[in-house]
Amino acid sequence: MNFRMIFKTLGFLLIVEAACMLPSVFVSLIYRQDDFSAFIITIVILLAFGVALYSIKPRNLNIYSRDGFAIVSIGWIMVSLFGALPFIFSGAIPSFTDAFFECVSGFSTTGASILNEVESLPKGILFWRSSTHWLGGMGVLVLTLAVLPKAGASTYQIMRAESPGPNPDKLVPKIAQSARILYAIYMALTGITIVMLIVSGMPLFDSFIHGMGAAGTGGFSNMNRSIGEYNNLFSEIVITVAQLVFGVNFTLYYYLLKGNVKSIFKDEEFRFYIGTYVVAVLIITINITGPIFGSAWESLRYATFQASTIMSTTGYSTTDFNLWPTLSKAILVLLMFIGSCAGSTAGGLKCIRIIVLSKTIKREIRKVIHPRSVYAVKSGGKSLDESVLTGVSAFFFTYVAIFTIACIIIAFNGKDLITTFTSVVASISNIGPGLGAVGPYGSYADFSTLSKYVLSFLMLFGRLEIFPMLILFTPSFWSRANI
Amino acid sequence: MKVIIIGDGKVGYSLAESLSIEGHDVTIIDKNAEALKKASEYLDVMCIKGNGVSAQTLIEAGVRKTDILIAVTSSDEMNMVCCLAGKKLGAARTIARIRDPEYANELALLRDELELDLVINPEQAAAREIARLLRFTTAIDVEVFARGRVELVEIRVTSGMPIAGMKLMNISKHFSQDILIGAVQRESEVIIPDGSFEIRENDLIYILGRSSSVFNFCKVMGKYPQKIKNVMVAGGGRIAYYLAKSLKNSDMKVKIIESNMERCVELSELLPECLIIKGDGTDELLLHSENLREMDAFVALTGHDEENLVASLIAKQCNVKKVIAKTTRINFPEVIKNMGIDCVVNPKVVTSNYIIKYVRGLENAQGNPVETLYRIIEGQVEAIEFTVKNRSPYLDVPLKDLTLAKGSLVAVIVRKEEIIIPHGNDAIKLGDRVIIITQNRQLSDLNEIFIN
Repeated sequence: MNFRMIFKTLGFLLIVEAACMLPSVFVSLIYRQDDFSAFIITIVILLAFGVALYSIKPRNLNIYSRDGFAIVSIGWIMVSLFGALPFIFSGAIPSFTDAFFECVSGFSTTGASILNEVESLPKGILFWRSSTHWLGGMGVLVLTLAVLPKAGASTYQIMRAESPGPNPDKLVPKIAQSARILYAIYMALTGITIVMLIVSGMPLFDSFIHGMGAAGTGGFSNMNRSIGEYNNLFSEIVITVAQLVFGVNFTLYYYLLKGNVKSIFKDEEFRFYIGTYVVAVLIITINITGPIFGSAWESLRYATFQASTIMSTTGYSTTDFNLWPTLSKAILVLLMFIGSCAGSTAGGLKCIRIIVLSKTIKREIRKVIHPRSVYAVKSGGKSLDESVLTGVSAFFFTYVAIFTIACIIIAFNGKDLITTFTSVVASISNIGPGLGAVGPYGSYADFSTLSKYVLSFLMLFGRLEIFPMLILFTPSFWSRANI
Repeated sequence: MKVIIIGDGKVGYSLAESLSIEGHDVTIIDKNAEALKKASEYLDVMCIKGNGVSAQTLIEAGVRKTDILIAVTSSDEMNMVCCLAGKKLGAARTIARIRDPEYANELALLRDELELDLVINPEQAAAREIARLLRFTTAIDVEVFARGRVELVEIRVTSGMPIAGMKLMNISKHFSQDILIGAVQRESEVIIPDGSFEIRENDLIYILGRSSSVFNFCKVMGKYPQKIKNVMVAGGGRIAYYLAKSLKNSDMKVKIIESNMERCVELSELLPECLIIKGDGTDELLLHSENLREMDAFVALTGHDEENLVASLIAKQCNVKKVIAKTTRINFPEVIKNMGIDCVVNPKVVTSNYIIKYVRGLENAQGNPVETLYRIIEGQVEAIEFTVKNRSPYLDVPLKDLTLAKGSLVAVIVRKEEIIIPHGNDAIKLGDRVIIITQNRQLSDLNEIFIN
């Protein structure tokens, strides 16, 4: 392990985080709600640690795979710890556990909150809470790579560990340039979303909060009743579309920019994503017309919004879907597991893994019928490497295993099965609201301290796709000789 | 610049490494996903799995906007087709590696018909390098500049040499004004020396100057150049063939040992003036019976690095004056030199130096083009030859009034037929060829080494 290089990079990461706090400082200056000093103290602490770490002189500049993983996992924990400071200093969330939970929930774009009442919080704090979504969506380390003065070849390890999906692609040969392109697309799309929300009649500050929340597919709102508060059809449509858009692999937008429209519709994952969404909306609409809503149009309005917000793992709400029939809730839970596309800002298992897993199953069945058959699993016309297939299967099993263990730990809280089960899904898939007590109008406030830490780590497991976090718990990862 | 490299073998990888470090956008295409894995993990390049001949793969790699396409797959024909396809799809320039001697004779035709901009034959380039080393035996390494008029020679300082323990400024007083010591390697440290630098025993020094001056200097140093008459070559591959051909004119007698009978017959047809022996080049008995002791030089060119090293060690024990080993895979020149083998030639390094020189030259086609480029001391120092074609403020200014970037040195100025080892009062003029020694890699323009 090249600890000097790891800590040097982490130092730079903290400096970047300090810079990312500046817009919130600006907001708190405008609204003057005595949260200004909390940000200034945090920024001073961040800069002190950041500059101290960044001035480390590494003996060896190379970062290998495990160093990259270490930077990502330790980096995310550090960023969350320091990001929680403004909540504590401003008195918005006095408990450290709660502040850490809230901040991890922000950076991992989960949007699960321990706050029952958000409308009274200072605006600067609310803005910072939502900025963590935006930063966590595309990845704080990808941002660091985009601005890092000298991103060498080895930094690919960092990008690989942070980007979601089984097989992240570089857009262009240079890492730093790829990161810049990703952020440019991300910023442009976020800008469009915010402008559209303003046009739809949402107040300016709220448009920024919800625009960043939708872009990072996070789900923090500045309203207790989330988007339902506005009861504005136009805003709902904007957010529905935005959530879906941010759930698509960003590589496709790069192709679109280069004028390659066809490749988007040819993309297997994109078709699966949209197809699943459409089918889910249809089933839910039919299911809730009658018992919940009077007209089919009204059902469609809520079904499209809820399916989009759950599938993109955002977690806004316009209505309490806790009250919906079991079939609709089952569909929503299924969507929680599937999630969106690889290379997007969303969480979940990712459509591409579902596709690959089903194809592997198909191959196994064929092998039973024709034991000597040779059958290449293909995706997008290219046959997938056997290592990708085993990687996806291993990922799926680890996901289920961690899910089960977490369910048992959370069960100690003595809550009902639905609450226990969906709080774990909603955390590991980075959605936020689940069903039961953690439903759209509930909160995570009543869980025990241990459960809150377990859920916080689940969110990081989900955001970083398990393995970068899992290796932190592997003793041989830490030993110098690594045997 | 945007560069596509087809074929992620040894040469492809080292090219991608150098070019990406110099800041070019490099895309590698290879059919083998295993090979690409290493590149994608350690280099800042884009890797595409696919066939470099297929138009679809090339377009995916962005061939339309590519400045240079380099085809270095293992097959000559594939390289040619790749370059042809690339050119038709819009690549500005194409470079192909073509190594089969059968094509070597038709290179001019191929070049025109396929619109290739550069053809590189690694074996031929390596053979030329070996031939040069055989002609100048005192040196560990020889590089030439200004069409062979200036030489850069690497020698090791031994206790008997009068310059050991002497400061550089005294060397010009005592010996010759016409040579310059451009770089010194002491253990693993590399120094671009100034006048107060003191040479010590066991340093590796790099001497620059007119060929005859360097020759005389070496003579004074007690390193008498020995004329080589008999050369034994172990391994009858392509390098051996090219080497034998290029030594034909310099009255050296060549004896080639090759284990494959068919290849022996083939070689005897191609090289009637050489003696071809069927046998194992690492077989000590055979080597002795073929009078290894009487040989002036031994060159190990089999396909296995280990065999080459072992055969070279046997030769060294028999007191052969000049022993040269070829390595392709093993890349520890220091370790090998410590074993006592005089020189190591690596076709991979020769090839990638050659291509990088071409790319650098293109990069500033408008500025001062790079004529020659050598990497010495494991690539830590570069010796670059520029031609001054444009007016700029540093021209006609005495060198003592200019500030040079750290670790850089104006080593030689070639003005028409005159070769100047510059001192403070000399100035660079328009049309000069200037040889720069620098530790700052990525230098592509003469202006970059002068600080205002």
